[in-house]
Parts: sequence; C-alpha cells; structure tokens
Amino acid sequence: METGHVQHNEEILSLANSLRWDLGVDLHDAVIESVYEDASHIARKVVQVDEEGASYRFELKLDKLLTSRWFGFPIMFLLLALVFWITVAGANVPSGWLAALLVDTLHPLLRDGAVWMGLPDWLIGLLIDGGYLAMAWVVAVMLPPMAVFFPFFTLLEDLGYLPRVAFNMDSLFRKAGAHGKQALTMSMGFGCNAAGVVAARVIDSPRERLIAIITNNFSLCNGRWPTQILIASIFIGGAVPAYLAGVVSAAAVVGIAVLGIGFSLLVSWGLSKTALRGETSAFSLELPPYRPPQLWQILYSSLIDRTLFVLWRAVVFALPSGMLIWLVANVHIGGESLAAHFIREVDPIAALFGLNGVIFLAYIIAIPANEIVIPTVLMLTALSVQVPGVGAGAGVLFEADTVADTGFMLKSGGWTLLTGLNLMLFSLLHNPCSTTIYTIYKETKSLRWTLVATLLPLLLGLTICFFVAQIWSLVQGGGGF
Amino acid sequence: MNTSPNCENCPVHHRENLVRLGIAMDRVDFVVALAGNPNTGKSTVFNNLTGLRQHTGNWPGKTVTRAEGGFSYGEKRYKVVDLPGTYSLLSTSTDEEVARDFILFGKPDVTVVVVDATRLERNLNLVLQILEITDRAVLCLNLMDEARRHHISIDIRQLSKELGIPVIPTAVRQKEGMDALLMAIAEVATGTYICRPHRVRSRSAKIAHAVERLAARLAASFPGLPNLNWVALRLLEGDQSIIQAVQSGELGNLSAGSQDFPI
Repeated sequence: METGHVQHNEEILSLANSLRWDLGVDLHDAVIESVYEDASHIARKVVQVDEEGASYRFELKLDKLLTSRWFGFPIMFLLLALVFWITVAGANVPSGWLAALLVDTLHPLLRDGAVWMGLPDWLIGLLIDGGYLAMAWVVAVMLPPMAVFFPFFTLLEDLGYLPRVAFNMDSLFRKAGAHGKQALTMSMGFGCNAAGVVAARVIDSPRERLIAIITNNFSLCNGRWPTQILIASIFIGGAVPAYLAGVVSAAAVVGIAVLGIGFSLLVSWGLSKTALRGETSAFSLELPPYRPPQLWQILYSSLIDRTLFVLWRAVVFALPSGMLIWLVANVHIGGESLAAHFIREVDPIAALFGLNGVIFLAYIIAIPANEIVIPTVLMLTALSVQVPGVGAGAGVLFEADTVADTGFMLKSGGWTLLTGLNLMLFSLLHNPCSTTIYTIYKETKSLRWTLVATLLPLLLGLTICFFVAQIWSLVQGGGGF
Repeated sequence: MNTSPNCENCPVHHRENLVRLGIAMDRVDFVVALAGNPNTGKSTVFNNLTGLRQHTGNWPGKTVTRAEGGFSYGEKRYKVVDLPGTYSLLSTSTDEEVARDFILFGKPDVTVVVVDATRLERNLNLVLQILEITDRAVLCLNLMDEARRHHISIDIRQLSKELGIPVIPTAVRQKEGMDALLMAIAEVATGTYICRPHRVRSRSAKIAHAVERLAARLAASFPGLPNLNWVALRLLEGDQSIIQAVQSGELGNLSAGSQDFPI
C-alpha cells in the first residue's frame, strides 16, 4: 500500500517532468504574465480615477526632494537634529521634578519607614539605598528624554519617512556588499537592537543576513539615546557658549548616530570582503504613501509600547544592579570596598582609553541593559568621590536634581570633555546588551558568530577610544593649554 | 455597553458582538489568515480584531513572523494569523513561503486579503494568486480614505462579481468598515456565503492543456484536493516544496479535508 502510493506519486512527478519539457523555459514568465493580464483587466473594469489629484502630485514632488541625491541626506540629518534638540531642551525640567519627587522626597520617607520597622542596616542599605535608588534614578534620568523623543520618532515612522531613509541608504549598503534591506533592519535597530536582529529575517541570503545581524549593534538603540543626550548636553553643550549649547549638543548626538551608520557600512564592507564574501542580491523597495499621522495612536504606541517598555526593562534590571552596586560599594576587603579596589586598579588602564574605572565597572554591571549605564556611573562616581553636599554615603545615589548638578558631580569625579566624548563613543561601540546577544545566538544558531557580533564592536570601541585619547593628549601637550 | 442578551446574539448587532480574546486561542471554531501586500494595514486589521498590539508602522517588511490572536463573534471563536506581507506567492523567499505554506497547508477557513485601494491593480496580482490556492476568501479593500483623497473610485459590486468573493471597503485605521468585514468573515467561515473565486484565464491553450492533463492525474491520486490546477501548475514549474509535498504524500493531507493540520 505504502509503496503503491510512492509509485503513484513518482508517476505524477515524471508526467510533470515530461510536460515541462514540452512547455519550454518561459513557462514561469508566461504564468506571471497571465496573472498580471487578468489583474489589469479587472482593475480597468472597476477603478476610475477622476484626474490625477493635486495631492498625488505633491507627494511625488515630496518624494523627489526627500530622496534626492543632494538634499536627501542633509534633510535626514536636519530632521534628526531637530528631534534631538527638542529632546535635549524639553527633558531637563521634568527630570528635575522626578528626581525631586522620587529621590529627594520618597527616598528619605522609605528609609525612615524601614528604620521605624526595625529592619537591619544592611537590609535597608541593600533594598532602599541600592535597589530603590537605582530604580528611582533610572526613572528620573530616562523617562523624560524618552517621553519626548519617542513620540517624534514614531511620528516620522507613521508619516512614512523611514522607508525614504532606507531608500537613501540603499545604494550605500549595496556598495558595501550588503543587502539593501539592511537599511530597514538598521532603522529597526535605532529602536532596539534585539528587534533589529530579528528583523534581519527579511533578508534571505544567509551571508547578507549575518552581516545585517553583526552590524545592527552600530545603530544606537533606545537604551543608549538617553546616555548620548545627557552626556552631550553636559560635556559638549557645556564646552560652548550657553546660547549654542542646545544646538551643538544635538549636533553631537546626530554625529554619533551618523558615525554608527558609518561603522555599519564600514564593517559590512569589511565582512563582505573577507569572512562573508559573496554576491549582493537585488530587491525592490516600495515607497509607501505618506499617511496623515494619527496623533492618539502615536502617543499611545510611543508612550506605552516604547517608553514604558524600555523603562520597565530598565527598572527590572536596575533593581538587582542597584543592589549589586550597593554590595560592591559596601563589602570591604582590607579596609577598602570592592568597587574602590576595582576602580583604583583599572583607572590607569582605562586612562589609556580616555575613560575611567567607574565607566568600565558600570559597563560590566550594565551588560543586561544599556539603560542603566548612566545611573550606575552616577552611583559609582558618588561612591568614589565624596563630593561635599551631594554625597550621601558609600554606594548611595546623591541628590542631583538637574543636568547641571549631574555635570558638576561628574566633573568633580575627574571627568573632562575627553571622558564625555569617549563615553559617547564607547556607548556607541561596545558589546550588545545580553538580550541582544541571546537574540543573535537564537537567530544565527552559531556560537562563533555570536562571539564575533559581541566582541567585534567592543574591540572597535576600545581601539577608537584609545586613538582619540592618545591624539587628544598629543594635541593638549603640544598646544600648551 | 448595556444590551440585552438577545441583542448580542443577533447578527445585525455587529461590532458590539465582537469579543477580542487577545492571545486566548483555545477551542477555536475557525482559522482566519490575513494576507496582503506589504504595508496595506494587515497588522492594523489584526489589532482591531484581536485587541492585541502588534507593532504597526508605515513601512513595508515590518511583520517578519506570524502573529496569532483570537476573537469571538456571533458565538463562534476565531483564531487570526497575521502573515508577512508579500507581493506574490510565486517566487521563493522566506516570507513568501511562510505566507503560501500557511494558506496551502494551514488551510485557513477564511483568508482575508488586505489590499491598498490606491494601488489596486498591483495588489490584485497577489489576490489572484491567493484565489488559485484557496476558495474561501474575503477582500478587505483598505485605505479607502486615501483612495477618496486621491479621487479614486472603485466599483465594489463589480469587483466582487469579478473575484467571486465578498469585497469590503474599509479604512481600518479609522475603524471604518470593521462591522462589514466581521460579517463577511463570519459568512464565508460558516458557509453562508459561497465563494466562486476567479481563476486566471489568460493562459495559452498549450499551458491550459498541460495543466488539465496533470490535474486529472493528480485528482486520481489525491481525490478531493481543492486546488488541483494550482498544484499542477506549480509542479509544471518545478516548485521544489510542492514536489516534496507530492513525494512525501503530504499533499494527501489537504484532500482529506481535516482541520487538524498542525498550524
């Protein structure tokens, strides 16, 4: 019975084979043509266009402008810069309010409550000075910039601007030996690298897919935008006259994002010339129509789906990290805390890269989520430098209400313009967060490529920071500042 | 909403009759597939039906994996599968394969094809290919608001007659036409509306003859196969996944008419 079936089936296939010979090679085209013919026949019968509308002509003109060879990129950079500028300008005040509420008001209340309940000191330290304060800081530092940035980003997406960006980038990616659709996965990465890595499924060729996955980390993700924006407004914005601060720091963030795109292209090119050689496949990209944005939908999806999602992730990771920070700051060996040991040992090495021990330790603690880098940096800085008036004890976050206070704090910790600049570079170029690393492993099923995707950006980041630091010191030394 | 139970059981009750089930998809009566070109609003239809919040965005290629959700309407429970957007089911790429395999092997009870009313002709290419595979479909003629803005008018009745399936004009972002869409889905699923799908005609006599011969042979081995001509044509073109389905006898599962194919 079983073999009988198989025989029948083989007969069918051989009949198909012989018929195929008779039909010749252009069968596939003929089939597609017949579908197209029927489709156009039906469409002609039922569709009626009352003159080409004025709105249609306007959209064509707009597309010509947005994707033009000369204006495409400048418009893209200007739009991005505008969004960052609004974010930088709009986030400072609410950040201060949140810090005042969560850190200045709620923290002492909680602490008093815990003391009143008779909890032991170490538990109060671990839970309230560690876990709670880290969470409070994540909320105060991250929420306002995200709440301003994401609605604008979603607005650009909803209007249909993202595919135009992809269209502009397409030829660059193809020249780099990568798939044009990588422009889309890269755009996804600007939201979340893990999502960008998954989105690389739209690329069929395994070679080009791997390139897209490995380079996705060069898109600044949600978790890193706030770091960039905050550090840029403190150090870059602080280095120029006040009336230029907003514009210059926004430009610096755009610069970092563009640098990321540059690295994405460069590394794609490098990979496609070495380990991942092969043909570039063609694809078609449709420019979708411009659609009037739906304001409520945008607010909802940017505030709930994006802002709260990222914030929640940050808070979840901040809680254990905050406790870990408190522990490394309060477990003493030989009269010195673990963190102090580490920072003292690593500082000279980190100085070679224009960074410091605090940043290195923060990036180790923050592997689960980039979102908590800044709060961790702040907590560790507060611990290693006892700034008069703001320090509240080892591993306890100080009450810095505004960007200015944060800047003052960091500068007292020995931070310079170089530290800020290199932190921005390192935030762009370092290992992906653990979620993304895990996603890369799930998507590639290869330990080797996961390792490459993890270590390549880290090595690149250290190299770049090293050169920047060395050149900086040469210029400083030679210039006689 | 304060309505009596009688109201809720009445088919005229429409959207108030819709209960979004989110990801609860146990004991479903019908499976609904959402297919269509990229960026026509499939995910928005999906969200409207299920109450889930699949990320939507104005760019093609956003949905890369299948999303699933459920709703109940008129005492029946439905499972909705949001397929990746594709321009055709002919050439082979992963997303096209996901979409095609689901429509072919997943055997949805209703396939809702979401099309962009402002680009009907190009969208119809996919619709016609889907109608070759399945005969239970609903056309969701979406983005009617944009069509109006661009002074495009479409003869809905004529289009429905040509395609042999219900055609529902919608603007799902504004939740316009969702009532009628739900009704049409229910009618096709329950068999109240019998589709007479358009089958591609503009083929040379030579091809038609070869298809006919192979289809006759297929009918003998796989009685009751709903899309004989399409399978025959794919075999003639040397489609590897269909050849494998013939070799393994998997194609036979389709003719058995069973609902329990693993989805």
